[in-house]
Amino acid sequence: MAERKITAPAINPETKPFWDAAAKGQLLIKKCLACGELHYYPRTICPFCHSDRTEWQTASGKGSIYSFSIMRRAAEPFAIAYVTLEEGPKVLTNIVDCAFEDIKIGKPVKLVWKQSEGGPAVPMFTLA
Amino acid sequence: MSISGKAYIGGIYEHPTRNAVDKSLPQLHAEVAKGALDDAGLSHREVDGYFCAGDAPGLGGLSMIDYLGIQPKHIDSTETGGSSYVIHVAHAAEAIAAGKCHVALVTLAGRPRAEGGQMRGMAARPDLFPEQNFEAPYGGVVLNLYAMCAMRHMHEFGTTSEQLAWIKVAASHHAQYNPHAMLQNVVTVQEVLNSPVVADPLHRLDCCVISDGGGAVVVVSPEIAKELKRPRVKILGTGEFSKNQMGGKVDLTYTGARISGPIAFAEAGVKPADIKYASIYDSFTITVLMTLEDLGFCEKGAGGEFVADGNLISGVGKLPFNTDGGGLCNNHPGNRGGMTKVIEAVRQLRGEAHPRVQVQNCDVALAHGTGGSLGTRHGSATLIMERE
Ligand SMILES: [Zn+2]
Repeated sequence: MAERKITAPAINPETKPFWDAAAKGQLLIKKCLACGELHYYPRTICPFCHSDRTEWQTASGKGSIYSFSIMRRAAEPFAIAYVTLEEGPKVLTNIVDCAFEDIKIGKPVKLVWKQSEGGPAVPMFTLA
Repeated sequence: MSISGKAYIGGIYEHPTRNAVDKSLPQLHAEVAKGALDDAGLSHREVDGYFCAGDAPGLGGLSMIDYLGIQPKHIDSTETGGSSYVIHVAHAAEAIAAGKCHVALVTLAGRPRAEGGQMRGMAARPDLFPEQNFEAPYGGVVLNLYAMCAMRHMHEFGTTSEQLAWIKVAASHHAQYNPHAMLQNVVTVQEVLNSPVVADPLHRLDCCVISDGGGAVVVVSPEIAKELKRPRVKILGTGEFSKNQMGGKVDLTYTGARISGPIAFAEAGVKPADIKYASIYDSFTITVLMTLEDLGFCEKGAGGEFVADGNLISGVGKLPFNTDGGGLCNNHPGNRGGMTKVIEAVRQLRGEAHPRVQVQNCDVALAHGTGGSLGTRHGSATLIMERE
């Protein structure tokens, strides 16, 4: 099956550290030093308490499937999902490199990287 | 300050077109504006408030005000996707209650079919959306994002595809009486289940239609409403909310109606059991099911049982919904269904729905809009109205 073309992220000054780490295979999330909450997608200002004392934290890359759907109508069908990271936040992603029928809610997954079209490799997940 | 009873629906109009290859987008806006003003018995010269959303071509209404030749003293271009027009009616009522305007015009139009499926509107620079880096790579579109809500709802509550199918079946029972509806054939649960799966667990017939068209509403002050010759429909209460991913604490099992609904019911001073007819935004069957739960028509998780066995069919079930056929069968002009939700609720309150679907003694009705995507971020708006 042909691989779906992955839209590249339009990197900006706020997101550049995320993609610099991604180039080294690290998935970053944000931690707030004021309220202690982790959040995703990452922002400079904490969405929970509005403190600007947020710092990047490397996620383990382990998680489980919260929900998913197989986009069968697409030219190259693919699996979109929310994955609950081991650290807590849920991330929008794709489940790749596995049979669609094996994808189930609750199954453990691990981080993989897939090259975007004209941009960096982006974080995705496969069944662990 | 409550807006309850301080504004009325003066006029409504739904464009009959479903494929507007021969019309421009501003022209559609003008045609629905004229239609709603004619319905009210008002002139465009009396319009002193104008409301439009991202479907309006131009700069937040400035171009349309020029094109329409109106001179509003109050302008609002709140954009919450398909729910915008429900919010516009609420904001128009607020502006009227505050004395900022007396005749407020709300317009919607779109021609996605004529434009070959292209979406237009405010999304000129999607690369600048705050979430772009973390969502665009993953191919999330309206269809598969709503599908993930359905998948999770099934997982947590045991909701079935058969139960979702009943929502389409009910809409089709109503659409058979609407000569303008895109899908006029009554379908069965089995036919919905036999349609191809487009994004698990949703089938093709779980989805709304794509259509051109539009609609308009005129909201007026009580003084003006008394002078009009139309049945009087009073705005009792409104509520709005925007729900999103909550910084990663994603919960796909509920909608913003959980917040907007109670606000509207409290302002209106009525309960879900008082609602005789409900227009519920129906981009997909799952949208209806989750919204009904969140508005309090049934317990969370019991939506599947609630919608089954024809409970949403007028004359058959306890809660007649979308008696024009809704977005699932009638139309979804410009991929935005909030306007037609308001219009059919007003028809029901006036007693002007098709006789085969008109709810008897329809004195209190609700219209609810859901714009954007339940799977990421969406705007919910609830409007409760009463026949006076
Ligand atoms: Zn914080």
